[in-house]
Amino acid sequence: MDEPVRIDCQNVEVWYGSKQALHGISIRIPSNRVTALIGPSGCGKSTFLRCLNRMNDLVPGARTRGSILLDGEDILSPATDVVDLRRRVGMVFQRWNPFPKSVFDNVAYGPRIHGIRDKARLAEIVEDALRKASLWDEVKDRLRSSALELSGGQQQRLCIARALAVEPEVLLMDEPASALDPISTARLEDLIGELKERYTIVIVTHNMQQAARVSDYTGFFYMGRLVEYDRTQTIFTSPAQEQTEAYITGRFG
Amino acid sequence: MRDSIPVTRRRFRAGERLMEGVLALCGYTSVLVLAGIFVLLLWQGARAFREVPLWEFLTTARWDPTSPEGARYGIGSMVASTFLVTLGAMAFTVPLGIGVAAYLSEFAPARVREVLKPAVEMLAAIPSVVVGFIGIVVVGPAIARLFGLPNGLTALNGAVLLTVMALPTAVSLSEDALRAVPRDHRLASLALGANPWETLVKVTLPAAAPGILAAMMLAMGRAIGETMTVLMATGNAPAFPSGFLSPVRTMTATIAIELGEVPHGTAHYFALFAVGFALFVISFVVNWVADWFIRRGRRAR
Ligand SMILES: Nc1ncnc2c1ncn2[C@@H]1O[C@H](COP(=O)(O)OP(=O)(O)O)[C@@H](O)[C@H]1O
Ligand SMILES: [Mg+2]
Repeated sequence: MDEPVRIDCQNVEVWYGSKQALHGISIRIPSNRVTALIGPSGCGKSTFLRCLNRMNDLVPGARTRGSILLDGEDILSPATDVVDLRRRVGMVFQRWNPFPKSVFDNVAYGPRIHGIRDKARLAEIVEDALRKASLWDEVKDRLRSSALELSGGQQQRLCIARALAVEPEVLLMDEPASALDPISTARLEDLIGELKERYTIVIVTHNMQQAARVSDYTGFFYMGRLVEYDRTQTIFTSPAQEQTEAYITGRFG
Repeated sequence: MRDSIPVTRRRFRAGERLMEGVLALCGYTSVLVLAGIFVLLLWQGARAFREVPLWEFLTTARWDPTSPEGARYGIGSMVASTFLVTLGAMAFTVPLGIGVAAYLSEFAPARVREVLKPAVEMLAAIPSVVVGFIGIVVVGPAIARLFGLPNGLTALNGAVLLTVMALPTAVSLSEDALRAVPRDHRLASLALGANPWETLVKVTLPAAAPGILAAMMLAMGRAIGETMTVLMATGNAPAFPSGFLSPVRTMTATIAIELGEVPHGTAHYFALFAVGFALFVISFVVNWVADWFIRRGRRAR
């Protein structure tokens, strides 16, 4: 890869109890690019994503092997401060999940957790995060009303703003548009295009057109293995592997 | 063959209608019973006020219906006693209940939870006479020793025992409320770098707050209405309580002690119904508030 690498994974394996979910995943994720992970459901995309911010630690019985270097530092090491890791590697979930709190308190949640108390500073951070998530204009007059009153698309962008408020370097998105209507999805895809200037983005999607539209690199997962990883254009026009071609042409999955 | 299908269907429909009717009847019966009790208490209680001034009943503290210098019917002391014992019990139940519920739903391994939750719920199965007995022979003496009192049968004793009785409701319903908070909220919080403790205090507990409040109100309803335990274990002193370490006599205990011995049709007899009516109103308000919180909690989700 001829680009600066943000995350360098070598031989990552994950077990859930005695069941192996990921086999020897080696992948280098470039800085300030969008990397899409595609593959049929159950192939380990979410599992891999959760390795990158150690959310698998929360799954009872889950074990992870291998090495994942974030800016050269092994995040799988027991010495890693997970709190700091999760600040640096933000996550947006499939189902938007704002807290049952106000719009403001949702976005301010992360900064407060990380010790920011100053009201003016918080207000600044919240506005900035909402602007980056292109939500500010829609919610600036109702920062104090409940986040649950927003539309689905707005709630998902609010979750992105909430993740951005702690100033991460990497943003993980697990099928962020799968429950959105087409218009909200288009907005989200535009937003991802804007965000990659500042963040390294890894997005899981089962929608191949979406992967083709938003990503620079694409990895194809199948049955816990990374079958192929290349520039998105290459994957979608001249994949090297038979299985990849079968998948993107819709012959299975 | 063909003809039989509509017949069974019709019969099924008739059966369905019958079931509906029976269920509706059950529902209306409970409303009817409630209304009946309300009317009975009001009607009997109101007759006390032919002889006892309502104002004296509500605003004075001395309850002494058999005094040779003239009967006194002030409800104040027993209301204060009821509140003292109940609030004391809630002061223990709320933190303990939330703590146990949070441990069960957020931290306990599945196996521990499977044993602990039924065990806590089982506390509700202890007969109140037994709890009162334990109060007399164990908790009361312990309180006496701890505070250097001649006698441990006090409001505090009642509060401790009622905690045992209110805790199952408080824990069980609070735990349900915590479990009803979507897992996504916890994950979102953890993914932002919060630790499990921060997640509990800042996300899960606030989201479950209406349900927890309802749990506590229902637990409190249980504590207010409890008779046997407080009758046995709080010293049975009709005077106005001076604090948690003084013996008391609650509204329920007064009714239970006196109603069996009082001649029917006397002012004393009717006044006890009036006390019952007051108790009914207090319990009703507590339950209604609990219900309001439950409904609000549902709407929030
Ligand atoms: N929490 C878990 N416990 C046990 N097995 C899991 C868990 N999460 C995922 N798996 C298993 O790991 C495999 C990969 O799942 P996942 O990463 O969710 O796939 P994808 O996101 O590609 O649909 C699946 O076989 C799934 O059943
Ligand atoms: Mg998935």
